[in-house]
Amino acid sequence: MTRRMKITLGAIAAVALSTAAIASEASPDAVEFTDDGVAVSLTGVAGDPAAGAEAFKSRKLGNCLACHANTDMSKELFHGDVGPSLDGVASRWEEPMLRAIVVNSKAVFTDETVMPGFYSLNVGQHVAKDFVGKTILTAQQVEDVVAYLGTLKE
Amino acid sequence: MKRLLIAGVVMAAAFAGSGPVWADPVDDTLEIDGTPIITRAKAPEGHPFDEVYSGWLFREAETRDAERDSIENPGMIAVEDGEVLWNKVEGTAGKSCASCHGDAAESMKGIGASFPKWDADSNKPINVELQINKCRTEQMGAEPLAFNKGGQQELTSYIKHQSLGMPVQIDLTQGDMQAWWEKGKDLYYTRTGQLNLACASCHEVAMGKYIRADHLSQGQVNGFPTYRLKSGLTSLHQRFRGCIRDTRAEQPKAFSDELMALETYVTWRGTGLSVETPSVRQ
Repeated sequence: MTRRMKITLGAIAAVALSTAAIASEASPDAVEFTDDGVAVSLTGVAGDPAAGAEAFKSRKLGNCLACHANTDMSKELFHGDVGPSLDGVASRWEEPMLRAIVVNSKAVFTDETVMPGFYSLNVGQHVAKDFVGKTILTAQQVEDVVAYLGTLKE
Repeated sequence: MKRLLIAGVVMAAAFAGSGPVWADPVDDTLEIDGTPIITRAKAPEGHPFDEVYSGWLFREAETRDAERDSIENPGMIAVEDGEVLWNKVEGTAGKSCASCHGDAAESMKGIGASFPKWDADSNKPINVELQINKCRTEQMGAEPLAFNKGGQQELTSYIKHQSLGMPVQIDLTQGDMQAWWEKGKDLYYTRTGQLNLACASCHEVAMGKYIRADHLSQGQVNGFPTYRLKSGLTSLHQRFRGCIRDTRAEQPKAFSDELMALETYVTWRGTGLSVETPSVRQ
């Protein structure tokens, strides 16, 4: 199968599944954390690493490079170092833990953790009206980012 | 060979894409037209840091050089404009600032290093912008200047510039200044917005690190109004509001109780640093 066909079939599958996916999407308050992280996909739809890479890069979405260096994106200028480098991150954490950290790192580490919760409504005071009740990423964008992080192996 | 390879990878990681590798404040000294500027000072008692650093130490060499030379400093235009306003008669009393205060080089010396101060009339701290408005309404019979309008930033820059080089030292013993300091401290550590960040998240916990291309300083205010190379002359409350907006929170109003408390607390956090107004930042 060519790469293009795969993508097309994947897109068709995603469209076909979308109704079911919305029905089974976990709301931010219902995400279940265990010692291993968040084991269950937030949407039931496999994450797309390419879309995840875009969300990772985009300043309007994940903006992950603001705080994390990532050699896989060395063409992008200016990687931050507020958080650890994500090189080989998938060799350090299993998928459930990567998902948990993206969803709400404060639930994994401590309340003092600087990293925002990307699928959490446990947020700061006086949220601007355009963002009230909204998460930084959608459930599927979280799955996509987690799928992309899964490719960052040592 | 293996060691060489690893060194190569480290170098590549350092230069390809990543921010500069020198993350600490630079080892450099600042003198502006012969006036020595204190950019490092021992922190006051009760401060989270041992030493306070001017934001100047966190900027690139070209930016630092622009502040070193008052001809190069684009913020000095605001100071010159402010001098014109100082001498401009306005209001029903037919007075200018100079009518009562004379030569600003004498009368305003130290003002920029000691504000905010306690204002018994309003029972609140007062900053330079609000003191200008108080003079305008009570002495000059003129309208108060709206936030960032009517030359407010320029006049503030001119007045604060008269204290260039003087170490910041505010008096917390007057009135209820200590209570406002406490309130400002609470706000400094309060996370806001969808991004759930406090002032301290960037300027205390991550000080010295890079957020994308921006080297995080201690967030000192001794250079305000500042000239930002990307956005021009910027007042302190404008910067506070911009930072808070970037956490995706509603912005408090300029000169609101919240931001006056924050100004009081953050000014104290820079105790001992020289007034740099107008500083140059990125």
